Amino acid sequence: MTRKTILNDTHRALGAKMVDFGGWDMPIHYGSQIEEHHQVRRDAGMFDVSHMTVVDLRGAGVRPFLRQLLANSVEKLHKPGKALYTCMLDAQGGVIDDLIVYYQSEAWFRLVVNAATRDKDLAWITAQAAPFGVEVVERPELSMIAVQGPTARERVIGLLAADDAARVGKLGKFSAAGLAGTRFGDLFVARTGYTGEDGYEIVVPEAHAVSLWNALLEAGVKPAGLGARDTLRLEAGMNLYGQDMDETVTPYEAALGWTVALDEGRAFNGREVLERQQRDGVPRQMIGLVMDEKGVLRHGQKVLTAHGEGEILSGTFSPTLGKAIAFARVPAGDLAGGVRVDIRGREVPVRVVKFPFVRDGVAL
Amino acid sequence: MSEIPGDLKFLKSHEWARVEGDGKVTIGISDHAQGLLGDLVYVELPAVGDTVEAGNACAVVESVKAASDVYAPVSGTVTAVNAALADKPETINEDAYGEGWLFVVEASEPDQMNELLAPDDYAELLEDDDH
Repeated sequence: MTRKTILNDTHRALGAKMVDFGGWDMPIHYGSQIEEHHQVRRDAGMFDVSHMTVVDLRGAGVRPFLRQLLANSVEKLHKPGKALYTCMLDAQGGVIDDLIVYYQSEAWFRLVVNAATRDKDLAWITAQAAPFGVEVVERPELSMIAVQGPTARERVIGLLAADDAARVGKLGKFSAAGLAGTRFGDLFVARTGYTGEDGYEIVVPEAHAVSLWNALLEAGVKPAGLGARDTLRLEAGMNLYGQDMDETVTPYEAALGWTVALDEGRAFNGREVLERQQRDGVPRQMIGLVMDEKGVLRHGQKVLTAHGEGEILSGTFSPTLGKAIAFARVPAGDLAGGVRVDIRGREVPVRVVKFPFVRDGVAL
Repeated sequence: MSEIPGDLKFLKSHEWARVEGDGKVTIGISDHAQGLLGDLVYVELPAVGDTVEAGNACAVVESVKAASDVYAPVSGTVTAVNAALADKPETINEDAYGEGWLFVVEASEPDQMNELLAPDDYAELLEDDDH
């Protein structure tokens, strides 16, 4: 049974082409994926991300619980609204999911996890939470709209009453504010995103989601589909769960070492394996690729290096660069000898580059 | 869904062919096909002088989403290719049956045109696909 967000009819009325995404009927584009991509890089676009799973964790034991559950350290979170990007690992250090955790109070943290991994995430979190007496509450009655782009913040702020507008306007990156009793109900506005642009992700009660969407539309924010979301996040150098990492790799093999905190005295799931890899090195590395020749790098293509074969993880045509970009996982080792990709039997040379490929609208 | 011009013939795999006044055959992909592919970013065309064989892959259209082979509706020798697509592949999205044509062949077996789908039959095929 395909699930629908409350905005499903709104997407259809806007001419969206709908596709199945992790069991959800979601808009892939509203006409042109590339135009929507540029709209977000140059102005402001919005995405229905209500399929993502909001989970509230409540109880006195929530901080000790998250110290064990997450590879990044919640000890970095002490200010209400502050957010942290992290992986949730199994005992072998494999990535169960990546998520954002928001600090609300010592008795309340909020997680936003992926849609496609919802069931296994909830099962894992619930099982892990039991010894800590932490209550795990999914919030399916909450919708979520991401508003992204260089003018996104001012357009959102323009819809709020003066005091709320001031609070949201002052939010630092990776921080959130709860707004009570706005014309769109109680909102949770976070200065986060998945596009490499500034903007907000807004958690809104389902009953107000359509009116918030329409108000944003009137304020000049254009709808953008999951297609543009994918090209934007890859340009921004952000991983996609299931494509760039899963249980078979550790954060170190997925270029997510920066999200791992080996802080002293914190026994988190997978730590032993990560420490061993830290000491002995990892067998595989994730790299960024740009192809100057014509064609598109795609998931599953074979990558050839001096140390053996790897494969393309996320790969796409970058609308901002006008050429193909990709993440690839290849054997560890120096790549100065060059890297080639097998595209339908043709070995095409590619450049190994640092990522993000694009930040704040500018090619890097 | 845009109107399908009456002078086109189709392959089930969504290529169209049109016999021009000089007897040559212009080939492209259908409006439905461009819609399925989404924004096109690259087109790989045969070279003028190449021979193509009906039913064989002879070009590639690549969108953000997927790469797709283009099959020749008829056999023949390529006499022209739409070089403008190299810089503006999105022309196919905008005008699949007009400016978005791919290449022209001098048909070696003109009777092959009779084996292709008429516009109504192609439209019916698309409708069946939708259900």
